[in-house]
Amino acid sequence: MINVPRVSIQTADFDVAKEIAALRAQDPRVGAVCSFIGTVRDRTAGTPGAISSMELEHYPGMTEKSIELMIDAAHAKFDIFGTRVIHRVGLLAPLDQIVMVAVTSAHRGESFQACEFLMDYLKTQAPFWKKEQTPEGARWVDARVADDVALAKWGITACNG
Amino acid sequence: MRVTVKYFAGIRETIGTGSERYDTAAATLGELRDELIALGGDHAEALARGKAVRLALNQTMCDESTALSEGAEVAFFPPVTGG
Repeated sequence: MINVPRVSIQTADFDVAKEIAALRAQDPRVGAVCSFIGTVRDRTAGTPGAISSMELEHYPGMTEKSIELMIDAAHAKFDIFGTRVIHRVGLLAPLDQIVMVAVTSAHRGESFQACEFLMDYLKTQAPFWKKEQTPEGARWVDARVADDVALAKWGITACNG
Repeated sequence: MRVTVKYFAGIRETIGTGSERYDTAAATLGELRDELIALGGDHAEALARGKAVRLALNQTMCDESTALSEGAEVAFFPPVTGG
């Protein structure tokens, strides 16, 4: 069996069906697969179509390392089998896929929770920064307080602000 | 001691570089931030007290009390917005 890395940071798009098939890996213990996909919107608070593109910057080295640690935390906290996280960087357009988190387990409760845990963790701790292109020019996206609150519900108080 | 300092996102744009080697007398990341602010100009603007700046040492998130070491890689960046 080919070993697929748990984390990939890449400019290329990903095929969710192929990734999930690889994650399931013919493992008959798996009864549940949960996945989340984040996609680029064309707006934030306001005008539809205002965002024409988005650039994702990251901290090479730390990005992979930090997500690996988050996955370790998920495996310690939840009874799950496999995990796959893909996060794109570079120039993206509305409708593009940005991130995928996929988790397998025996039953649905664990993989639902682990998937949400990993997204909440990644949103506040993984070193990525988004820059939106608008008619008024380029604008760095602000971190959201709601994301810190989401992370706190898992018992992790790390501040992003 | 000599450290490598990395900057990202808006902080990188303000300072004008993503990475620099720097000789510091600071013992902690907080002291290093103050030293950089004291340089004035773009460094002061990017890292000013009152601005939300997050810190990493050798690619691990940390806070201002974390101690520096010779040859360390330090990073200053805005609150993260991935996902």
